[in-house]
Amino acid sequence: MRINNKLSKHEYQKLIDEKAPGSHILKNIFAAFITGGAICSVGQIVMLIFEQFGADKETIASSTSIIMIFLGAFLTGINIYDNIAKFGGAGASVPITGFSNSIVSPAMEFKKEGYVMGVGAKMFLIAGPVLVYGIFASVVAGFAYFIWKQVM
Amino acid sequence: MAKKIGQQTIVLDKQPIILSGAGIVGKKEGDGPLARFFDNIIDDEYAGEKTFEAAESRILRDAYIKALEKSGKSASDISIILSGDLLNQCTAASYAFRDVDTPYLGLFGACSTMSESLAIASMLIDGGSVEYAVCAASSHFCSAERQFRFPLEYGTQRTPTSQWTVTGAGAIILGKDGQGPKITCVTPGKIMDEGIMDSNNMGAAMAPAACDTIMNHLQDTGRTIDDIDMILTGDLGKFGSEMLKDLMLRNNIDLKNKHKDCGTMIYDLETQDVDCGGSGCGCSAVVFSTYILDMFMQGTIKRLLFIATGALLSPTRIQQGETIPGIAHAVLIEA
Repeated sequence: MRINNKLSKHEYQKLIDEKAPGSHILKNIFAAFITGGAICSVGQIVMLIFEQFGADKETIASSTSIIMIFLGAFLTGINIYDNIAKFGGAGASVPITGFSNSIVSPAMEFKKEGYVMGVGAKMFLIAGPVLVYGIFASVVAGFAYFIWKQVM
Repeated sequence: MAKKIGQQTIVLDKQPIILSGAGIVGKKEGDGPLARFFDNIIDDEYAGEKTFEAAESRILRDAYIKALEKSGKSASDISIILSGDLLNQCTAASYAFRDVDTPYLGLFGACSTMSESLAIASMLIDGGSVEYAVCAASSHFCSAERQFRFPLEYGTQRTPTSQWTVTGAGAIILGKDGQGPKITCVTPGKIMDEGIMDSNNMGAAMAPAACDTIMNHLQDTGRTIDDIDMILTGDLGKFGSEMLKDLMLRNNIDLKNKHKDCGTMIYDLETQDVDCGGSGCGCSAVVFSTYILDMFMQGTIKRLLFIATGALLSPTRIQQGETIPGIAHAVLIEA
């Protein structure tokens, strides 16, 4: 006997949606703004330093990315980045440091399963979809640009 | 012989006795309000092993050894071990008991494993085929995270309805004779799926199952809430507990202050940053095997309905767009 049939599935789901505690949206947005802003400011400082040394534009851009990726990986390795992201949310996962975190953290976690099936296979567990669709989108954009150039 | 009454309740004739219980937990649980009841608190999340899976097996085996020690029985007195955990292939339990020279039955009931093992063991003892049995369950925050969620160092925010998997293992020695509280009734639960899809809201997925099992138990035994000192659910958490209260009220039963949930007891929800509370097989296993048995020993409770709740969640099926089935098994324990 199904005793618990006072609510239909649909009614139950509606009740849950109503009653479930929501995220603190304002607080999260503020934390993301501060965190994302701080990470980008660090990037800006790195960029200015390279500029001081008189590097050209392209070198500055790629070197800054490399430094930021290293910082993300380093902070992940010493168990700090997850705490930053816990506070900052998207502010910490959207910048390139977050991308670095998403690759280094599975690499660390799955080392126990060996370098091939562990680190190698699981490294892009989280970043994989970002890479697949990122590269796909860039191919589409490049193709569109090519057509545009031919027509114009 | 045991007798089935009503729809799904079994009244035991030779009521098995809980001879002893032991619970071993991790550091976070050891910082919680129940710290002084645990047999051991392990600061190292690896428990001296190389991997989290091995660590979980280790604490499960240690809990079994500790419970055996407290019961005064030896390993050779035990006819069977019933145990399980959250990991694929019941990894923690299989590896915990591989060197133990006792027949073993692996159980999967997600977080309902502790009451499932107690229910099965008490029916085996009642049937006369088993004299002494071990019932045990474990979970480990780190092994569960890597199987069900993300790598530990990956930066994410948890949603407010999420729960924290307890690092802990609990074991109970159940016997045909001896001193201790008795298991008098068993109500195995049905799978209830009310269409919850959010794997970060397991309390909501399990509350209907807990409600159904409690309702059936009360109806089958003809008892009311007032006849029971405490209704102890496994890991509904804060939100799931609210939903259980709500669902019970819709069935015209007021749980009053009789309901307690292991998931909200094991941590301090205000200060320990666990959102809605604890979860995992180990949650109800350690709270029941230590704190609750102590309450029976002190005589503060005489009749307890223990309902460990499980979300029978499959990450694969969730990705395929499926919902989360819930289950809850009840055992009635009397002083």
